[in-house]
Amino acid sequence: MYNYLSGGFSAYLYRDLLLGIRNKTDLVKPLIFFLLISALVPLAIAPEAERLAQLAPGIIWILAVLATLLSVERLFSDDLQDGSLEQMLLSPNMLILPILGKIAAHWLMIGLPLTLLSPLIGIWFSLPVVAVIPMILSLALGTAVLSLIGAVGAALTLPRQGGVLLALLVMPLYMPVLIFGSATIQSAVDGLDWTAPLAILAAFLAIAIALCPLAINAGLRLAKNG
Amino acid sequence: MNLNLQWTWFHRLGSPRWFYQKTQRWLPWLSFIMLSLLIVGLVWGLAYAPPDAKQGNSFRIIYVHVPASVVALAGYYLMAIAGAVGLIWRIKLSYMLMRSAAPIGAALTFIALVTGAIWGKPTWGAYWVWDARITSMLILLFLYIGVMALRHTYSSHEAADKASAILGLVGMVNVPIIYKSVDWWQTLHQPATIKFTGAPSMHPDMFMPLVVMIVGFYIFYAVSLILFTRAEILRREYRASWVKQLVTDKLAEK
Repeated sequence: MYNYLSGGFSAYLYRDLLLGIRNKTDLVKPLIFFLLISALVPLAIAPEAERLAQLAPGIIWILAVLATLLSVERLFSDDLQDGSLEQMLLSPNMLILPILGKIAAHWLMIGLPLTLLSPLIGIWFSLPVVAVIPMILSLALGTAVLSLIGAVGAALTLPRQGGVLLALLVMPLYMPVLIFGSATIQSAVDGLDWTAPLAILAAFLAIAIALCPLAINAGLRLAKNG
Repeated sequence: MNLNLQWTWFHRLGSPRWFYQKTQRWLPWLSFIMLSLLIVGLVWGLAYAPPDAKQGNSFRIIYVHVPASVVALAGYYLMAIAGAVGLIWRIKLSYMLMRSAAPIGAALTFIALVTGAIWGKPTWGAYWVWDARITSMLILLFLYIGVMALRHTYSSHEAADKASAILGLVGMVNVPIIYKSVDWWQTLHQPATIKFTGAPSMHPDMFMPLVVMIVGFYIFYAVSLILFTRAEILRREYRASWVKQLVTDKLAEK
């Protein structure tokens, strides 16, 4: 028998991944942004390895936040324009699983590639080798939280399609992720225990998975009516 | 039957008209209490409280700074809870309260930040330091501005109210997390010289005027919230017969 519950998740995951793969420019844009700005940083600051290594944890995380923010805007707006959002909202149930499916697809297309690219940025910024694994883990968990929180903002600003307003709504909520994300890398650089901030990031992810879909569901229903 | 009796007060409370008429009677009293508390607190704090051993007279800005910060933070919770009440029981009045609370809270947060900066210069030698509390207040200001800005996204009042309420709730879950994170971040970076002179260790002569000022600010908050909400009620209910009656009565008085 077809499982309606998990079906909602996998159907939207598959659909969004397919759309993303067919429309590659949208996929590549945030990554190019991530790389370009990273290349600007040494030019703007100094090419000295020591100073760059000091700034690296913070800069990598700021760039991850900006790249996610850049892409999250489109999460629901394309669906609103082509009418498929309305189709999704026809369901009388809470749309938790479809929403999680869409966000999982977003993370797979944005957060995961950023995470995989980050060692390259680490090399550019002369990040110590010990910090590479913590950086990858913190980005993997953290970008998922960023996608979830960003989706709340994207759902609430849907009638006007994000822009600066989306940044204004979402940035304050990104602050804790930014703090613990860069703290994970920084602790590893300083030779401290980096599992503690990473565990807190994981806790954020658990809370976000539980609560964000509720807010997104409410926001999407408003956007359709308002 | 019994249930009905218990809930009538609740529904009456939710009626904009009831609120408008009741607050008309409360306002003079509240304003009187507010003015006397603020005047007593300010004169006491600025003129009679002893100067601080280390900071001299510059500490006196505490009598504006601390009350503004306390009420700004409490105001966020009030706004978020008003929004939640609106979402759950669909009470119009509570949305109007929420909407009125945002600009007042933002203004108080701004006052707290500015007075903090002014206080920081003689005490820490800099207008701005990335102290945990200052940073949290800055984030709070962004949260308030976000709630105010979100409203313009929606064309209908109803949708805008609901969206702001949802954002307020998301923010409410986040405020303690943000506060704790910033605290933790602060201990990680441990700046060498900066320490807050602790409020709990204040001498009663200094502390009592502060208490008066805090209570005064709370009542000031209540008065402004009532005034803003009354304006909001008139703006939204201008089609209601009692508002029309009110206007014709006012015009007849002239």
